[in-house]
Amino acid sequence: MWSLGNITHSIDGWLNQTFSPALALLIEFVIVGTMAISLFAVLGLVLVFMERKVSAYMQIRVGPNRVGPKGMFQTFADTIKLLLKEGLTPTGSDKFLFNLAPVIAIISAMLLLAPIAFAKDFQMWDLNIGVLYVSAISSVAVISILMAGWSSNNKYSLLGAMRSGAQIVSYELSAGLSILAIVVLVGSLKMSDIVASQETGWWLFKGHIPALIAFVTFIIAATAETNRAPFDLAEAESELTAGFHTEYSGMRFALFFLAEYVNIFIVCAIGATLFLGGWMPFHIGQWTAFNHVMDFIPSSLWFFGKTFFLIFLIMWFRWTFPRLRIDQLLNLEWKYLLPISMFNLLLATAIAIMGWHF
Amino acid sequence: MQNQTDILSTAQKVSPFGGDLEGASGDMIINIGPQHPSTHGVLQLVVTLNGETIKKVEPHLGFIHRSIEKMCESLTYRQFIYVTSRMDYLSSHINNHGCALCVEKGMQIEVPERAKVIRVLMDELTRIASHELWWGAMAMDLGAFTPFFLSFRERETITDIMEDTCGARLTMNYIVPGGVMAELHPDFQKKVKAFIKLFREKADQYNELVTGNIIFQSRMKNVGVLSKEDAISYGCTGPTARGSGVNCDIRKLYPYEVYDKLKFDEVIETGCDSFSRYLVRVKEMYQSISIIEQLIDNIPEGDFQAKTKAVLKLPKGEFYTRVETARGELGVYIVSEGATTPYRIKFRSPGFSNLSALNHMAKGGKIGDLVAMMGTLDLVIPDIDR
Repeated sequence: MWSLGNITHSIDGWLNQTFSPALALLIEFVIVGTMAISLFAVLGLVLVFMERKVSAYMQIRVGPNRVGPKGMFQTFADTIKLLLKEGLTPTGSDKFLFNLAPVIAIISAMLLLAPIAFAKDFQMWDLNIGVLYVSAISSVAVISILMAGWSSNNKYSLLGAMRSGAQIVSYELSAGLSILAIVVLVGSLKMSDIVASQETGWWLFKGHIPALIAFVTFIIAATAETNRAPFDLAEAESELTAGFHTEYSGMRFALFFLAEYVNIFIVCAIGATLFLGGWMPFHIGQWTAFNHVMDFIPSSLWFFGKTFFLIFLIMWFRWTFPRLRIDQLLNLEWKYLLPISMFNLLLATAIAIMGWHF
Repeated sequence: MQNQTDILSTAQKVSPFGGDLEGASGDMIINIGPQHPSTHGVLQLVVTLNGETIKKVEPHLGFIHRSIEKMCESLTYRQFIYVTSRMDYLSSHINNHGCALCVEKGMQIEVPERAKVIRVLMDELTRIASHELWWGAMAMDLGAFTPFFLSFRERETITDIMEDTCGARLTMNYIVPGGVMAELHPDFQKKVKAFIKLFREKADQYNELVTGNIIFQSRMKNVGVLSKEDAISYGCTGPTARGSGVNCDIRKLYPYEVYDKLKFDEVIETGCDSFSRYLVRVKEMYQSISIIEQLIDNIPEGDFQAKTKAVLKLPKGEFYTRVETARGELGVYIVSEGATTPYRIKFRSPGFSNLSALNHMAKGGKIGDLVAMMGTLDLVIPDIDR
C-alpha cells in the first residue's frame, strides 16, 4: 500500500548507498529540518485561515473572501504585510530580552514537532521518552512569555505575562497527569509504542472512564496551556489590550502569533496521538471488512483528520465561551482539575494493573 | 544620605513600574484608556492596582466634551433638539424625545395621538437596539466575541426600519416639537412584525448561549455589588439602579406620552450585582417587545404633527422634563427668557451618575471584574461628557 514510510525508507536507502553514512545523516538532517520549517510555515498559514473561516461561519459572516479563491491567500497577504512592517523596540525596554523572547517562543514550538508521528513510519525523532520530552519543552514557552512581558516595559505586558506564568505553570500539572494516565495504560513513553498500542482500538474507547476523564482534562489543560479562550487571560483584549505582546509589532509579533498556532497544532497532535490513536485507522473489533476499508485511507490523513478535529474543537471553544477571571482560572485548576486528574491517575493505574481495559 | 537617594532613583529607573512605584506599598497605577478596547469610547480610568486587585478607580472625563449644552443655547428651540442626538447616540431618538417634550411643555403644544404612539414605538425600538448593542459589547468585554456579531443582526434590522422612516440609522432626528417629522414608511408595520418574530426566535438562543453559560454567570454573580442605598445615593438610574432593586422607571413613575395606557412591567432585580443589572436589560428587551406588540396594530389615524408656529418662543420660566432612555433617566432643564433660543440648558444624563458608582463597585475586585462592571453600567462616553 502507498505509504509515506516507504518513501522515507527508499530515500534513506538511496542516500546510504550513494554517500558515506555520516554525510547521508547530515543530508537527512537538512531535509528533515527544511521540512519542519516548511511545515511550520504552512501550519501557520493554514491554521490562521482556518480560524478566520471557522469564526466567520460561527459569527454569521463570510470571512476573508477577496484575496485568491475563497480568500485563501489572505494569510499570505497578511504575512507579507507583517514582514514589511517596521518592528518597533520601545525606548525603555530591555532590548536584548525583548528581541530574544519571540525567538524562544518559536524555537520551543519548533522543537515540539520532533517526536510527533505524522504518519506510519513518518516521524522525525522517535525518542524513548517522547511524551516526557513534549511536557518538558512545552514549559519553555512560558519563559518567552515572561521575558516578553518583563522586557517590554509596559504594565499591560507585565500583567499579561504574570497571568500567563501562573496559568501555564498550573495547567501543566493536570496536562501532565492526564498524559500519564495514558502512559500508565500503555506502559511506555515512546510515541510509536503509544500509537502501536491503539491498533485494536483508540484509548478514548478502550481506556474506560480514566481515559475519558483524562481526555477532557487534557483538552481543558491544552486550551489553557496554549493561552486560548476561555483561558486567554495573557492577552485578554478587553482587559490588557494585547497582554504580553502589546509592544510587539511586525515580524516579531508574527513570530508570537505563529508560535501560538503551531502550539495549538502540537497539543492537538499530542491529544490525537494519546487518545485518538495517532495515525491508526478507526477499527471496530471483528468487523474485518470495515477495518479493511478504514485501512485503505492513508495514515497521514487519519492523523491530520484527528488533529484538525481537535483544533476545530479548540477554535469552537474560543468563539463560544467568555473568558475566565484569573482567580477562577486558578481555582479551576487547583481545586478541581488537579485532584480529579490525580485520582484519575490512580484509577488508570488500578485498571492497568487489573488488566480491565480492552 | 546621598547614596540612598542614588539607590532609590536607580531602583525607580530599573523597575518596570517606572515612576509609579509608590513607596513600599508597591501599588501599580495603570491608565486604562482613553484608547482602550473596553472603555467603549474615550474614557480614561486611572486604576490603582495591587497585583491584580483594584484599590481605586478614578475616571477622568472630558476627552469628548463638545459643550453641547452651550451649543444648544445659541440654537433655536427647533434646532437644538438635533444636537442632543449626539449625546447618547445609542438612544438618540429618546434624547430628542425628552427635549421635544420639554419644548412642548413650555409652549403647551398638544401632540396628536398618532404622533405620540409613533414616538413611543420608536423609543422602544431604540431601546431594543441599544440593549442589543450593549449585550454584544458586554459579552465581548468578557471575552466572548460571537454574541457581538449575533446581536448586530437584530440591531441591523432595527436600524433598517429606522432608515426607512427617518432616513438615518443612528442619529434619527425624527422628532420635532409637536409631533414627528414625517409619516411612517408604508412597510413599517410589516417590518416591525418581522423583527418581533426574529427577536423572539433568537433571544432564547442567545440566553442559552450567554445567560445560561456557567463561565458567564461566575464572572457576573457577586461582582460589582451596588446596594440599594448606594445606588440611590450615587444617583444611579435606569437598569443600573433597577438591578439594585430601586424603583426608578420614569415610564412608570412619571408616565409621558401613552406609557400610562400600556401594559408592561418595570423590571427590577434585587441581586445588586453585575448579573442582576445584566438580567434587567435582557428582560427589558422583552418588555419593549411587548410594548411594541401592543401598539403596532393600534396606531391611531390622524395627523403626525401638530400645527405649530414657525418660530417657537418659550415663555419666561423654567421647564423640566424627564424621559427614560436606554441608560436611565434623562432630565432636560430649560431656562427661558422668552427669546427664540434657550437662556440656559442643562441635561441630567444617566451615564454620568452611573459612572460615579464605579469606584465604589470596583474596589477589591480584579481587573477582569472592572471590565465586566463597566459593561453592566452600559457607559456611552459622549453621554457622560456631552
